[in-house]
Amino acid sequence: MYEALNQWDFVVAAYAVGIAGTLGMVAWAWWDMRRAEAKRDKVKRK
Amino acid sequence: MHGFANPTRFLKLAKWLTPLLLLSGLTLVAISLVWGLYYVPPDRLMGETVRILFIHVPSAWLGMGGWTAIAISCLVYLVWKHPLAAISARAAAVPGMVFTVLCLATGSIWGRPTWGTWWEWDGRLTSMLVLLFLYFGYIALSQAVAREGVSPRIAAIFGLVGAINIPIINRSVVWWNSLHQPASISIGKSAIDPAFLVPLAIAVVGFSLLFGGVVLARMRALLADFQAEARLRRMALEIA
Repeated sequence: MYEALNQWDFVVAAYAVGIAGTLGMVAWAWWDMRRAEAKRDKVKRK
Repeated sequence: MHGFANPTRFLKLAKWLTPLLLLSGLTLVAISLVWGLYYVPPDRLMGETVRILFIHVPSAWLGMGGWTAIAISCLVYLVWKHPLAAISARAAAVPGMVFTVLCLATGSIWGRPTWGTWWEWDGRLTSMLVLLFLYFGYIALSQAVAREGVSPRIAAIFGLVGAINIPIINRSVVWWNSLHQPASISIGKSAIDPAFLVPLAIAVVGFSLLFGGVVLARMRALLADFQAEARLRRMALEIA
């Protein structure tokens, strides 16, 4: 059976997954670094 | 190289290098993806789905590059016992795993309209899936090692042995019959038209800069956690 697939649906899905995954990873790495360095600085001041 | 294994010197360098790598990486990735989405013509065979390759190819490169970075760091740790090498191996694991997931996901999305299937158990796809499981194993093992406070030697050996999968992934399309196309770029040669090659090169550089920035951020986080715990332990001993 012939399936008519809209290629743009797949392009949009791949870009959504790729951009969300990349930005999520960058944001998590950045905030986790800020959290850890703030904790270290707080402990240092004690 | 030994000079940068000093945590103070490393932190001084990483403080300005981390935002620089992240910002330049995000800019280049944004340029390449907009270029790939709006200005690249449809491919003769793949049609519009060729645009997916601007995410898929850098993800595949960094999934393998992440484990290569782990293996080199593990080797440096085992030979010279630099604690920063063990930290850099741990830091490369999560971004490497994320890019392997993105490679498998975008490859699967590309495969459905192009090959007519989401998944095929052939050499390239299966060896990439094995890489993802190796990442899971390495992350679990290195976290357990850090939590128990034992030597990271066992995790370093795992990281080094797991590198055997990298040449298998690279050669899989040559050794076995595969739906996956063989390499389009080799040293000094490219089978890709410049209309696709230029944005692809920008995407690879941009995602690689992002990877470097994330690894530095993870190293800074792991190092800060380690320093805070060491300080708290010293304070507890002084009170006791």
